[in-house]
Formats: sequence, structure tokens, C-alpha cells
Amino acid sequence: MNRILEKKQLSETVFQMRIDAPLIASERQAGQFIILQLCKDYGERIPLTIADADPDEGSITIIFQAVGGTTKKLAQMNVDDKIAALVGPLGTPTHIENFGTVVCVGGGIGVAPLHPIAQALKAAGNKVIIIMGARNKELMILEDEMRAIADELIICTDDGSYGRKCLVTEPLKELCEQEPKPALAVAIGPPIMMKFCAETTRPYKVPTQVSLNTIMVDGTGMCGGCRVTVGDETKFVCVDGPEFDGHLVDFDNMISRLGSYKKQEAGDHHCKLDDV
Amino acid sequence: MTYISPEKLADDAKNVLEELNARIEPLKPKDRMAIPAQEMPSQDPAVRRGNMEEVALGYTPEQAKLEAERCLQCKNAPCIAGCPVAIDIPGFIQAIADGDNLKAIDIIKESSLLPAVCGRVCPQESQCQAPCTVGKALKSVGQAVNIGRLERFVADWEREQGLIETPTVKPETGKKVGIIGTGPAGLTVAADVRREGHAVTLFEAFHKPGGVMIYGIPEFRLPKAIVQKEIDTLTAMGCELKTNFVIGRTRKIIDLLEQDGFDALFIGTGAGLPRFMNIEGENLVGVYSANEYLTRSNLMRAYDKERSATPIFESEKVAVLGGGNVAMDAARTAVRLGAKEVHLIYRRTEVEMPARVEEVAHAKEEGVIFHLLENPKRILSDEKGWVSGIECLRYELGAPDDSGRRRPVAIEGSEFEIDLDTVIVAIGNDSNPLIRQTTPGLETNKWGNIIADKTGKTSLDRIFAGGDIVLGAATVILAMGEGRIAAASINKMLVED
Ligand SMILES: Cc1cc2nc3c(=O)[nH]c(=O)nc-3n(C[C@H](O)[C@H](O)[C@H](O)COP(=O)(O)OP(=O)(O)OC[C@H]3O[C@@H](n4cnc5c(N)ncnc54)[C@H](O)[C@@H]3O)c2cc1C
Ligand code: FES
Repeated sequence: MNRILEKKQLSETVFQMRIDAPLIASERQAGQFIILQLCKDYGERIPLTIADADPDEGSITIIFQAVGGTTKKLAQMNVDDKIAALVGPLGTPTHIENFGTVVCVGGGIGVAPLHPIAQALKAAGNKVIIIMGARNKELMILEDEMRAIADELIICTDDGSYGRKCLVTEPLKELCEQEPKPALAVAIGPPIMMKFCAETTRPYKVPTQVSLNTIMVDGTGMCGGCRVTVGDETKFVCVDGPEFDGHLVDFDNMISRLGSYKKQEAGDHHCKLDDV
Repeated sequence: MTYISPEKLADDAKNVLEELNARIEPLKPKDRMAIPAQEMPSQDPAVRRGNMEEVALGYTPEQAKLEAERCLQCKNAPCIAGCPVAIDIPGFIQAIADGDNLKAIDIIKESSLLPAVCGRVCPQESQCQAPCTVGKALKSVGQAVNIGRLERFVADWEREQGLIETPTVKPETGKKVGIIGTGPAGLTVAADVRREGHAVTLFEAFHKPGGVMIYGIPEFRLPKAIVQKEIDTLTAMGCELKTNFVIGRTRKIIDLLEQDGFDALFIGTGAGLPRFMNIEGENLVGVYSANEYLTRSNLMRAYDKERSATPIFESEKVAVLGGGNVAMDAARTAVRLGAKEVHLIYRRTEVEMPARVEEVAHAKEEGVIFHLLENPKRILSDEKGWVSGIECLRYELGAPDDSGRRRPVAIEGSEFEIDLDTVIVAIGNDSNPLIRQTTPGLETNKWGNIIADKTGKTSLDRIFAGGDIVLGAATVILAMGEGRIAAASINKMLVED
């Protein structure tokens, strides 16, 4: 069982936790994720990106939004509480090299998985331009951390309460129009945002990487529940991804698949955890 | 086959047994063959459609005794040759006939470590029961001595009497063996290696051990408590269990050997990569691999809608593609989860179905609609990207293929559609590439299965493998058999070290 070492609230519904997990901390690379479960008998298995790791301390950091049953329960847990099951690091690490200028686009909670990737890209010598977007100022997370990495930081909110009043695709388009164009775009956020980022960069032929957060069960390639259509092929996000070429991903199919359990998820579940 | 209630089966057996006991002169082969083959008492199909409890209830002691009396005790024992682990079948059956269940189970355990499991899930009709003289004489495998049911009877008897003992472990040798995967192969190696006094650590990717026996085969066919009992025995012997531990990710094979001090490793990671058909519409909402569907229901307990946090599709009309045990399990799970119509689509005929005969019969009794000599062409979508139906083609049997089975050939222009909301693909599994990709030098064949020699040794020093990861998707008994061989090799190697 993995102990919670620290808990921070980043916004009304977004939480950050540092968790004791020495083996995962020493193995993990940027782009990888864990699967956690709050009750071994009846809990669901949910994937969360490893936002940061400290191999010396033997800890990993996760950032999550309390939206579903499991994340809401997790948000109620506190320092010294233990997580019933934590497995990882899963997924193929991000391919990092010095591309030149890279633009990193993070939307909402997507800034959390973007952070370690931006950090690694910066460390590899890239010029890193970061675009961060959220519905409003309250929902903007990790601004200081991203500012510390960015050569240039652009903030946008839907309602204009902070930074520019626009969608992230607007500054992304401007950057693509400049010469030289960015060598690579990395977009992580809600599927619809990633879809439009890919559409924005497509005419400029700027390679665009997206990180997909599909429904998962095992996270080791055993069930195919996480599968997506990429070009003509079916890929398993948990092992082949989570990162893919955004210009090839069938986002509409992915978005439908994410809605598979809308009906059922409305229900309330009673895991043994509720009784302790 | 008409359903006969367990009460009636028990009464009938009592009556026949009384007649038999009243006889003075010993039974002749002719008399033995006249004893009616004992049907497996089972839950009423109408009732079991709505629950997850075990379908086959097990013989009564009278039924077991009668079934044992049907055995002719052939000198050449063709049944033993049909058993992948060569259990002394006439020996244990004689013990049951003599009323000595303890002796019977001891005889089985000399060869098999998982009798309660194998008695339930082995394809007996194509193994030990296929060559049975009684079945041959009565001109039907269905009339052979029900060896599997007898095996289950004594294994259950031992467990229910609380007689299962923790095997004695020899003094610690200081040697350390790591076992990757906790399916039947891994569990068998753990037991055999630990007994010799070596330290054993089992690594399992999932949060619960047991492999397919836990995540794949449903409760109604193999109660989880039986598998758990096997695992409890291993922990009682001092085996250490690390769940949520993915070898290749959490730790690599190389690190286990070079840094963590393991003297030998066994890879028993199974065949866990679901195959899809590569037809149009396979990624629509409502299309599942059987692995996913069964894992949600079994391991994650999604069937318990009140308590489980894991959702499962609420289907009205389901098609399951395939004809093996996996397909039967998926179809029968869909029935229990409340689907109104469950179609099973298989491109050959019932004779070629790889599923156990009993599972096919049970599926039919539970109302699964069989479509034989049919095969899907594409899965149809509604405007939202959800499954709305399936288009199939009819087939006929042509010339035999390499496997000797007649090859199904599509009949041109025979397309037809079935309305559906769910499709479950159960056409087989390949081996998961994770270990192969993260272990340089580990040789695999063109299907990605790890290559192991007769002793279970792989191309890498100190690393052994067995079960589905070597054989491709096979059976519990074969996985166990390979586990025993690899364990013997590991024990031998560690002594010689
Ligand atoms: C639905 C279904 C029904 C079946 N019905 C029957 C039947 O009726 N009769 C029969 O004889 N056979 C049946 N089989 C086949 C049988 O279950 C398998 O042949 C058998 O379980 C193989 O055993 P194994 O030990 O090789 O692997 P498995 O049972 O597959 O176990 C492998 C274990 O390794 C774990 N693992 C995988 N990769 C890693 C990793 N990298 N690190 C750590 N752990 C890992 C897996 O999570 C799993 O728990 C069925 C299979 C299925 C799927
Ligand atoms: S989550 Fe099961 S295969 Fe990816």
C-alpha cells in the first residue's frame, strides 16, 4: 500500500498528491502514468499521469480533478492515508530530443501531464514556448512551475479573467504562421482541445503530439478497452501510447468511446471504503 | 437434453446404488457398463440465468461411488495416456469405489497440483475421457467414465472436510526464485520450488493473483474461493506475493537477476493480448474484447452493480464472436448481466468448436442463440458511433485445412444483418509483448511466444518459461504440466549451483 505524503488543493476541484512509491519513482520517465485503485475488491482502476517524481525520496506526484467516483474519493483522502493499489510506471515514455523550438499547449488539467514533458524538452535543449488555457483564472494550475520552464509563456482563458481572452488554438495558429515555424507541437488537454490543436497545426505541417486519456482497465495491453484508431491502425493507448501523432488520431471515435459509460456513471457505488 | 433436478439425480443414484449393494456376486464388466453414466447435478437454467453462482453443483457421494464403479480398471489404462500430466486415473477411481477418498486425492496430487480447478475446467472429452474403453464400447465419448467429475468430487471433498494441509517445506537453502505471473503455471512452479526450501517471490501485474482463473473464467464456472485457497496455501508455505507489479515496467528481468539477487526466474505471463478481427466498425462504442468484458465482470466485479465502481455495458442484444471457452464464458456472462438476446456467431460447426462440451450445452440451456457457419463481415454503426448491428455472411465447409478441420468457405451474396448494441470479440489471444520488448536476448517465435526447451529453459541463462506464454493460448492443465517441468529444472539447477 502506498502512503500519501502530501496533499495540496490547486483549484476548486483539482488536487495534487505526493505518494510514497519508490520503485515507480526510480523507473518512471516523462509521459508515463500509473493506475490506481482505492479498494481492491470493488474499486475501479483509473489511470493518472505521473506529474513528477523524486527518486531520492521515493515519491511520485499525481494531479487530478475530482470528477468521477474514484477521483472524488481520492480527493477526500489525507496525508498518511494509504492507496490500496498503485501500479506503474505504465505506457511508452515520451520521445525526447532537441527539436529546436517546441510549442507545448496545455488545457485545464492537461497542464499536469504536460509539465514533465515540457521539463524534459527544456532539459534536452529545446526552446520551449508554453500556451496554457483554462475556462477561467481560478482553474489555471501550475502556472509558476510552467513559467520556470518556459522561454515564452502565453496564458489564455475562455472568459478573459486572466491573460488573453481566447482559445489556445489562437496563439498556436499565430506561432505556426511565424517563420521559423515550431519544429513540434505537444498538445495535452480535453480531447476536443487536442482535436482542434491538431486541426490548427495540420495546414502548417507542424508535427503535433497529443497524449490520450482513454478509459482503461489493466493498463498493460491485456483488454483493448483503451484502443483508438490512429491512421488505419488500431492502437492500445496504455502500451503503444499514451502519445500519438495528433494528425492521425480519430478523435471523434475516441470521444464517443469515452462516453461509453455515461449512463452508468451517474449511479453511486458503495465500496467497502465507504464503511471505514 | 432435458434438465434433471439435482434431487432427482441424487434419488436415482441412491436407488441404483442400493440395488448394487444388495448384490452378492462381484460386478462383471457387463454389469459395470450397465450402470447409468451419472449426470452432473446443476442449477436450474431458468434460475442460474439470473445469478453468478456455480452452475455445476458436483456429484453426491452416491453418484461418485456409482460413477467410479463404471470404471473397468483396464490394464493398459488408455485414459492415463490421454492425461497431459499422466494422473493414475484407474488408481484414484478404484480408491473412490473403495470409499477411500483420502487415498484418491493423494493419488491425484502426485501428478496434479490443482485438482479442484482441473476437475472443473479441463477439456476431459478430448483428453482422458476420449480413449476410455467404456465410452468406446458404448460408442460415445459422452458415455465414457466421467473422470473429471470424479476428480472434482474428491478435490471438493478434501477442501470441504478441511483436510487440505500445507505441504512441508525443506530447510531454507538461501536461494531465491522469482516467478512472473500467477496463473496456473506460476502457482505450480511456486509450490514445487518452495517445497525444496528455496525462497519464492511471485510478481503479478494485477491487484489479485490467479491469472485467467481469476480475471477470465467466471465465478459460475470456477468459484474464486477455490483459486484463493490455492494461493493461501502458497502464502502459508512462505511464498511472498507482490501484486501491482509489472515486470518490464516496475522492474526489468535483468534487474531482478543482476541487482535483486534472484538465482532463477520463471516467466508464466500467459497469453493476454486480445485478437481482433480487423473488420470495419471494430472500434465502435459497444465492441469489446472478451478479455475486457470478462475482466470487468470477474476481476472488477462489475456484475455486482450495487458495490462495484467499475461499469459494464448494459446490453440488450449481444453478439459474441468465436466458439471456444472464452466465447461461451462471455456469452453466458452477458446472459447473467441481463441481455435479452445473446447470439454466438461461429464460422465452423459445433463439432469443430474448441469449447468444452459441457459449456456448449450449458450455454444452449441458458438460451444463447447459436449461429453456426456464419461469420461477421462488418459491424454497423448508428449516427453517434455506437454499435447498431452486425452484417454476417453464411459459410459452408470446404476441403480440410492444415489442422485437418474442414475449412469454412463464405457463400457469396449470403449477407444478412442482426440488430445489436454489443459485440464481444472472442477469437483468441496472442502473447503480451511487454517482457519480450524489455528483455534483450530472450528468444521468441514468430507468434511472439517465448521459446523454451524440453526442460522449460529459455535462451537466457537462469530464466525459465511455461504455460500460455510458451504454448500460445492453451489450457490450465498444460500450463500446470509445464510449470512442473520447469520447477524440476530450476530445483535441479539450484542444487548443482
Ligand atoms: C475466458 C477464458 C476461459 C478459459 N477456459 C478454460 C477452460 O475451461 N479450460 C482450460 O483448461 N483452459 C481455459 N482457458 C485457458 C487457460 O485459462 C489458460 O491456458 C491458463 O490460464 C494459462 O495459464 P498461465 O499460467 O500460462 O497464464 P495466465 O493464467 O494467463 O496467467 C498469467 C498471469 O501473468 C500476469 N502477467 C502478465 N504479464 C505480466 C508482467 N509483465 N508482470 C507481472 N505479471 C504479469 C497476468 O496478469 C496473469 O495474472 C481459458 C482462458 C480464458 C481467457
Ligand atoms: S487498458 Fe487494457 S489494453 Fe489498455
